[in-house]
Amino acid sequence: MLFYLFGAVAVIASLLVIAQRNPVYSVLLLITSFGALSGLYVLLDAPFAASIQIIVYAGAIMVLFLFVVMLLNAPHEDTDFDERTHPMLRPGPMRFGALLAVALIAELAWALARSSPLTTFTNTPVTSIQALGRTLFTDYAFQFEVTSVLILVAMVGAVVMARREDAPGGKR
Amino acid sequence: MFNAISSNSFFIAQIGIAAVVWFLLQISAAVMVYFERKVCAWLQQRVGPNRVGKAGVLQPIADVVKLLFKEELRPAAADPLLFALAPIISATAAFAAFAVVPFGGYTTLLGLLTEPLPLHVADVNVAVLVVFAITSMGVYGIVLAGWSSNSKYSLLGGLRSSAQMISYELSYGMALAAVLLLGNSMSLRDIVNVQGGDLNVFGLFSIPHFRWFLFFNPLGFLIFFTAGVAETNRAPFDFPEAEQELVAGYHTEYSSMSFGMFFLAEYINMVTVSAVAVDLFLGGWFFPGIPESLGWLVFLVKISVLLFFYLWMRWSLPRYRYDQLMAFGWKVMLPASVLNVIATAAAVLYFGL
Repeated sequence: MLFYLFGAVAVIASLLVIAQRNPVYSVLLLITSFGALSGLYVLLDAPFAASIQIIVYAGAIMVLFLFVVMLLNAPHEDTDFDERTHPMLRPGPMRFGALLAVALIAELAWALARSSPLTTFTNTPVTSIQALGRTLFTDYAFQFEVTSVLILVAMVGAVVMARREDAPGGKR
Repeated sequence: MFNAISSNSFFIAQIGIAAVVWFLLQISAAVMVYFERKVCAWLQQRVGPNRVGKAGVLQPIADVVKLLFKEELRPAAADPLLFALAPIISATAAFAAFAVVPFGGYTTLLGLLTEPLPLHVADVNVAVLVVFAITSMGVYGIVLAGWSSNSKYSLLGGLRSSAQMISYELSYGMALAAVLLLGNSMSLRDIVNVQGGDLNVFGLFSIPHFRWFLFFNPLGFLIFFTAGVAETNRAPFDFPEAEQELVAGYHTEYSSMSFGMFFLAEYINMVTVSAVAVDLFLGGWFFPGIPESLGWLVFLVKISVLLFFYLWMRWSLPRYRYDQLMAFGWKVMLPASVLNVIATAAAVLYFGL
């Protein structure tokens, strides 16, 4: 029962994210969608994943999104073409985007058609934080370290890009 | 889930506790408003409110009545939906965070119940994270209020607050992590129960119920409380509403009860941060020589001490400059909190605390 409620909220909110003209509303609907997802995690008996979902995505990343949207202060999307035209007739990148969207839908349909309707979990779900940490640092240690290096590269990149050109010594 | 509720009266008592907590949180905001004005007056050698009721104790009620009868104004250029939603988000987040905070041991309500009832609204085994998650939701109220008002003061206030809260949330989380290592649990009740143990003073003698994490992790407490002050946007970190620069910041355009809700949220957030700090560092409802049945009183006293500290700081310390605040958050608080986590982890491994 609750599953259908949270699922419906997640799906409807996600659809409305792309149906909105106002980017601030889009951000808020995405947060709603994340909230519903976190509710689904709770139903799956994974409160840790639910809290992390809220803290990381809704609490940190979406605040930054909102921050950027507010700074740009764009109440409506500016489009330099007629919105009633067919997507395939719009300028370059839009055509590519439309193609990608079609490809994604085809892939999803293919994946859903292939999967067996009733899948049962063979291994017990990893719910406790202790078990999660142990798995992360033993079985998936390599992947974990690679991801952390990736994030480090992103951080260094952000610092390099944010530095001013006229200050070679790194001093503002 | 429901097999925990074995008797009907137990269930009713639990709902009763939720109602009492909700009611007391609202009352606590009124009490805080009164003491805010009184403490301010004492520190400035004034008398403070003394007209309404004896020694002015009914002043908060007069304030609320005044707020309720004010006209609800909305700027013509404001976004109507979000303008109305923002104070609701703020107040909801403030109330919701307290739901997972335990505030006492077990009680049978003087023998009314057949089995002991734990004093909290909801016992979640990741309570620490839930508090953290809900307080991070509170920032949306402020940001949206700033944006939807369509006023430059409000927008600047909202932007400042979101930057400030994100910056200090990191140190806040790191300070939490150190306590989780000491308590070896994410449940606030478990963490408090660990602190109910004996404190061994250099192997000489031991004090019962005094194993507070404040003694094991003083730097963590300092970081946690400082970040908590920054999170609740209180002086000396009250940039979102820096009067001299931004009129009143994010709630410049709000009036009547929508302003009241922001006001309420601010005070309730202070209470919640203090309550979490008491649970994490100050031994919760334990105090040497006081039985656990009076734990809720001990808890109240500890919260009051921290809240007094909040007021004391607000009226004694001048506000930081904004770039100083950011530099302090990222260059002092964050490295200090990371070092604190590493040191605590090493100590837990080495001494087996």
